[in-house]
Amino acid sequence: MALRHTLAYLLLLMMSAWMTSAAMAAIEVRHFDDPVLEKRYHDLTSSMRCPLCENQAISDSNAPIAGDMRERIDTLLNEGRSDSEIIDHMVQRFGEYILYNPRLENRTYLLWGLPIALLVLGFVVIVLIVRARRHATTRALNAEERARLAQLMKRGDDA
Amino acid sequence: MKRRLLLLLLPIGFLGVALFFYHGLSLDPSQRDSVLLARAFPSFDATTLEDPERRVDASLITGEVTLVNVWGEWCPACKQEMPQLLSLADEGIRLVGVNYRDTREKGREFLAEFGNPFEVNIFDPEGALGFDLGVYGAPETFVVDAEGVIRYHHKGYISPSDVQSRILPEVAKWR
Repeated sequence: MALRHTLAYLLLLMMSAWMTSAAMAAIEVRHFDDPVLEKRYHDLTSSMRCPLCENQAISDSNAPIAGDMRERIDTLLNEGRSDSEIIDHMVQRFGEYILYNPRLENRTYLLWGLPIALLVLGFVVIVLIVRARRHATTRALNAEERARLAQLMKRGDDA
Repeated sequence: MKRRLLLLLLPIGFLGVALFFYHGLSLDPSQRDSVLLARAFPSFDATTLEDPERRVDASLITGEVTLVNVWGEWCPACKQEMPQLLSLADEGIRLVGVNYRDTREKGREFLAEFGNPFEVNIFDPEGALGFDLGVYGAPETFVVDAEGVIRYHHKGYISPSDVQSRILPEVAKWR
């Protein structure tokens, strides 16, 4: 029984090792002589969504189109294009959709502005509450109120 | 009273946000408009599938309303939409193919087996034209007007009902 378990475990281990290597083999490794270019390549490919496989960055996807996009980014980087030129190049073909961080423009003001607006609103609400509390009085109870309180507390004891 | 009104804002806001997200659930992220709509067909310089000596460029797509279909031998849905494309060609609509990420041999075999509705096929083995068209899978079909401006984009398989409800009206609209 123990032997069978060990064998099954070994098989599982081998399969997972094989599968990881297969998955890793699918995405090519690129070498840049310039470490700055390499960093920019990494940043650009991980900030763009694969148009086909919507929940993966192109740095992370083995879809053919993601490979083409990495290839194009590599080429453009080596041509000396700037990051914003490369982003424009991709957006002109595949749309704003591929950007994980949408650019600030008319259409995205609400998206970027809402968190700030909510933060300001929350701050205003806190200020209003604090002000209202400051004006609250701490006067002692009068005789009538004390009697009512005693009555209420007595009812609580009975229950 | 003022306090009550303020408290009422909470459920109203919640309802608004909930409706917004509920609406989002029924949206399909793969059905999004191509950014190339109302833009000129991208320039290219390629040979044709039929003749490796013949060079074609974007002027090929001008002159009359043209359906540009991106296909490949490796793409199963492309085979399934061939009957629809053949019937569109029979109706006198001009079709130009883009043989995408394919080899000449396989592309020709495909046309011999499934029929050829295309006036000509642009040979795009590296997917360079496909990339400029923002193609990320095949089949994809574009309606291009006589001036060479992209007017409609159909992503994926064209079903017989798509022909009636989408393709024919779009072609008629830009003719």
